[in-house]
Amino acid sequence: METLQTYNDKVVRQFTVATILWGIVGMAVGAFIAAQLAWPALNFDIPYLTYSRLRPLHTNAVIFAFGGCALMATAFYVVQRTCQVRLFSDKLAAFVFWGWQLVIVSAAITLPLGITQGKEYAELEWPIDLLIAVVWVAFGIVFFGTIVKRRVKHIYVANWFYGAFIITVAVLHIVNNLAIPVSLWKSYPIYSGAVDAMVQWWYGHNAVGFFLTAGFLGMMYYYVPKQAQRPVYSYRLSVVHFWALISVYMWAGPHHLQYTALPDWAQSLGMVFSLILLAPSWGGMINGMMTLSGAWHKLRTDPILKFMIVALSFYGMSTFEGPMMSIKTVNSLSHYTDWTIGHVHAGALGWVAFISIGSLYCMIPRLLNLPAMYSTRAIDLHFWIATIGVVVYIASMWIAGVMQGLMWRATNTDGTLTYTFVESLAQTYPYYVTRLVGGLLVLSGMFIMAWNVAKTWAMARQPAAVPIPIAVAA
Amino acid sequence: MSAFWNWYIVLFVAANVVGIVWLLLATARRKRGDIEQATTGHVWDEDLQELNNPLPLWWLGLFLISVVFSGCYLAFYPGLGANAGVLGWTSDKEVAADLADNNRKLEAVFARFRDQPIEHLEHDQQALTLGHNVFVNNCAACHGSDARGAKGYPNLTDNDWLYGGAPDTVVATIAKGRNGVMPPWGPVLGDQGVEEVANYVLMLSGQKADATLAAAGKARFATTCVACHGPEGKGNPALGAPNLTDNIWLYGNTLEEIKATIKNGRNGRMPAWENVLGADRVRLAAVWVLAQAPHVETSSAPVAAAAPAAPAGEAKQP
Repeated sequence: METLQTYNDKVVRQFTVATILWGIVGMAVGAFIAAQLAWPALNFDIPYLTYSRLRPLHTNAVIFAFGGCALMATAFYVVQRTCQVRLFSDKLAAFVFWGWQLVIVSAAITLPLGITQGKEYAELEWPIDLLIAVVWVAFGIVFFGTIVKRRVKHIYVANWFYGAFIITVAVLHIVNNLAIPVSLWKSYPIYSGAVDAMVQWWYGHNAVGFFLTAGFLGMMYYYVPKQAQRPVYSYRLSVVHFWALISVYMWAGPHHLQYTALPDWAQSLGMVFSLILLAPSWGGMINGMMTLSGAWHKLRTDPILKFMIVALSFYGMSTFEGPMMSIKTVNSLSHYTDWTIGHVHAGALGWVAFISIGSLYCMIPRLLNLPAMYSTRAIDLHFWIATIGVVVYIASMWIAGVMQGLMWRATNTDGTLTYTFVESLAQTYPYYVTRLVGGLLVLSGMFIMAWNVAKTWAMARQPAAVPIPIAVAA
Repeated sequence: MSAFWNWYIVLFVAANVVGIVWLLLATARRKRGDIEQATTGHVWDEDLQELNNPLPLWWLGLFLISVVFSGCYLAFYPGLGANAGVLGWTSDKEVAADLADNNRKLEAVFARFRDQPIEHLEHDQQALTLGHNVFVNNCAACHGSDARGAKGYPNLTDNDWLYGGAPDTVVATIAKGRNGVMPPWGPVLGDQGVEEVANYVLMLSGQKADATLAAAGKARFATTCVACHGPEGKGNPALGAPNLTDNIWLYGNTLEEIKATIKNGRNGRMPAWENVLGADRVRLAAVWVLAQAPHVETSSAPVAAAAPAAPAGEAKQP
């Protein structure tokens, strides 16, 4: 009974390779559209290459292809290790992998063709949405099926977060994409007006909260203690911040719609719950960082831990920045400016990409039965290039965003605007170029990673199946 | 908001906030058995363990402060269902107050221009500055920040006016808007007819044209185009029909462009700015625009009616 004695690491390896591949693709598209903002002629007057079509391709590729594959790889790895049991179903797991790749490829074809629902982060049209729903339910069945047949009594904290992520994303995806198809590639949402906007941003912000936060906190809760060889700092902090995080996030969506047609009461609730969200978010950061207490010296020699600790720092910073930006008066300055773009990338690059990269570097040797990655120095190089890249990116967008906000609101004594839009655009130009430099640094780090992973893979001729330990604790 | 939805919102908010505060306080209580650095005793995957350190006090304080602040905010501002909040603040009221405040300030700025004719204001530096502000904010998107226009958008600096360049006419154009319609003549004229008329129009403006085609076009022009553009092709500002003899073109002067204009028609739309800008700003924009055109006196030129949506307007010019 081989299936009972070993972990299913095949699907984990597949998702790992897909993560790196889609990471490079998604970030390359990001760098390309960043260059288009500085040099618009780079769309070559080809409709498939216009910013409007490639921007959703970039966001979908990095969030759902890169981030999604990283989450699925690690969720399958972590749930097996912490339940000490093989995945619930190998066939269903394979279906999740190939189904998810089909979703990604469909997105990569339809978005440049201009097929879109026009909802941010939910652009894909209804046939792809149905496929996503089916694959996602299969993902949930494999994950929770594995939890059910676990051979340890207690469910490890990482699995709470992965579980919350899987359930909530299913609900978000289905509710926000309820639409009436009028043809194979066109549908209209069942909601209209301010209700549609509210549903969209309830989805949009919880995509941040559950896809990009809860899921990656699950990752953090396994790989940080594993890599640091230290116990998690506080179980009870995990309990409080988990329940607070998942309940409070649900309310925060309206902060995307401050000063719009959304009723005042909903705007206020979006703001106050965003403020309350600060502490639960920081709970995760504290638990991750303090796990390293007593092992700080390891940061000197272990670039994987550096990735993780910097990821937690960016997580703490962007979850402070987010509540601040939700305050109405701050929002009136920051909204619609590049400050928002900077904020998103502090989270998406600094937190999501860094914790994923750190976790993959931690996991890949274990998947291949090797003691370590091919080159630790290459990991260190990747770390520094990526860190500098993210800082350059965020700093340029902060400056650009605050400048835009101030220029747009400046008025003359006669009530007219002091600056035309194009003047603010001209002032932003150097920051667009700087941002591209930051993005290219991050992208080149991904190429270093791909090289390192390929070399590591070559070292392991025949990845051996990892037997499940007999001794069961917890 | 109905009573049901009011209570729905209030109860969910209260349940969520009270729930997390209860969880927070229940977990924060330090028990006698709390020994720092003791694990929970669970082990996963051979070496994963958890300590059970108490919640950091500064974090606990941060959490409670954010809850207290939020409670106060919801007491003062709308948020808890239909509850309006102690301050009675609404975004509508804030906008109205801001507007009233701004209008009060603007009144002081604009008042002195009202009694002065536009011709005078063209020499008033402040009026020109204000007019320029209005122009770059609102008009430059189509007419360009230098007012020289673009294909389909008239050049305002060449002293050639589709609807007339008298101050009152320009004010009327800005305030009420214009809709210059050149009907599509392709179905009436046929391809050959379009070719002929286009050549005639080229000839009218002194450009190189096929003489045979132009001659045939002249006859067609006399029956089809003359109603708006006049027997000599000099146009009619009352309709916004362009002068075809001056080699100033709104939609291009090449044979292909002229053919496209005749065949498919054109629909030029200047929006009505009265409700957006108000009368004061409209006049100041007109002051600045008029100051851009070279001053050949045009006051004797025929003046178009202020009514928008006048038909006509064609392959031609401002």
